[in-house]
Amino acid sequence: MSSYPSLAAYDINIAVSGLKTGDNPQPGVPVIRSLKTAGFAGKSIALVYDSMESGIYVEDLVDAAFLLPYPSAGADAFLNRIDQILQIMRIDVIIPTLDAEIMQYIRLEKELQKRGIKTFLPSEECFLLRDKTKLASYFPPMGISVPDTLLVSDIDNIPSGGGDYEYPLMVKGRYYEAFKAYNAIEAQQYFHSIVERWGLPIIFQKMVSGEEYNIVIVGDGEGGMLGMVAQKKLVITDKGKGFGGVVVKNVALEDFARRTIDALKWRGACELEVMMDSNGNCHLIEINPRFPAWVRLAEGAGQNQPALTVLGALGEPLKSLPEAKTGTMFIRHAEDIIADISQMGNLTVQSQIIKR
Amino acid sequence: MNTERIKNLAMNDNGFIFDPSSGYSYSANELGIYILRLLNEGQSKEAIIAAIATEYEATPDNISSDIDHYFLMLESLDLLEL
Repeated sequence: MSSYPSLAAYDINIAVSGLKTGDNPQPGVPVIRSLKTAGFAGKSIALVYDSMESGIYVEDLVDAAFLLPYPSAGADAFLNRIDQILQIMRIDVIIPTLDAEIMQYIRLEKELQKRGIKTFLPSEECFLLRDKTKLASYFPPMGISVPDTLLVSDIDNIPSGGGDYEYPLMVKGRYYEAFKAYNAIEAQQYFHSIVERWGLPIIFQKMVSGEEYNIVIVGDGEGGMLGMVAQKKLVITDKGKGFGGVVVKNVALEDFARRTIDALKWRGACELEVMMDSNGNCHLIEINPRFPAWVRLAEGAGQNQPALTVLGALGEPLKSLPEAKTGTMFIRHAEDIIADISQMGNLTVQSQIIKR
Repeated sequence: MNTERIKNLAMNDNGFIFDPSSGYSYSANELGIYILRLLNEGQSKEAIIAAIATEYEATPDNISSDIDHYFLMLESLDLLEL
């Protein structure tokens, strides 16, 4: 296993969000585990939105947890809370891992820097280009195939099933959730359910049949990739989440990922969801603007991408990670965490837990 | 016969086969692995039949239709182009 990137020599504290595990796991816990594997010995700080984020209670994972206001509360509320936290504990780097909060971190990059906090994120323009609502207009002219997409903000405009958009279609929320609708009635139900949680517009996307692959990437911000690991899901839950996967090496997939990142000039972590059809052609389904929950597979395959993003945030010169070891697999394992309820009480009442 | 995909397969002696380009895995018995290894070496169908006939003391006529069937199965898995 390569020793690059090592965090052993850095006296820093790193804050990470997205500590929920369970049936729809967030990336925070695996990100922290990868940092520790890279020799990180500073304080691991959980920035959470909910006292039930299970990673808070995992033994020896985080040194402190702080509740944050939801991104919808706005920049002032967020910065006020960060200032309160900084009076208690220094934060040098933040790795945000939730789609809905990334934009806030991008917009507040300078404000955070003033406070000594660094991130490794794309520009706002770049972030917006990968938005699900923009994907189908930006990428195809650059030779990157995206399934035909329709944005629907009014229930009367849901495809009837005739014409260009025949069912089944994928019905997706702007940030999260995707359902396969077999007819317009099902689509209406999904429309209501997604609007309630994630707002408008709702994305209707044509299905592409083939094999799905997921690729975790760290981009250098200039069109290059510092790390790339592709996986094929081996275990898929009834919610469509990959709970097992294996690292693959496929030239067509790598070339597609390289062209996509080159077009986007992405800086930092992202995940591409790609369908490969029976002719070996790749189609871009989504770009998630953060590490996926399966990012430990990248570390296991020889690419510690979370540690690399920390070095990027610190402004260190970055080297490309070694080629990932194909055949490395992961399988997700759920476990019960035992803790005293007073810990949750502290977090609820005081909005923080300081463990060490 | 195009055996490029087979040349990329990772196989072990227990019969486990992994295709690193697709992520699919398969299992085969001893004879299945033996044939894949011969294909991997670039052997022709006739040479494979002859090798099996020697190794397993069978006549080429007895083996031929089974080999055809096996090759068709590999083709349906996109591992072989006949």
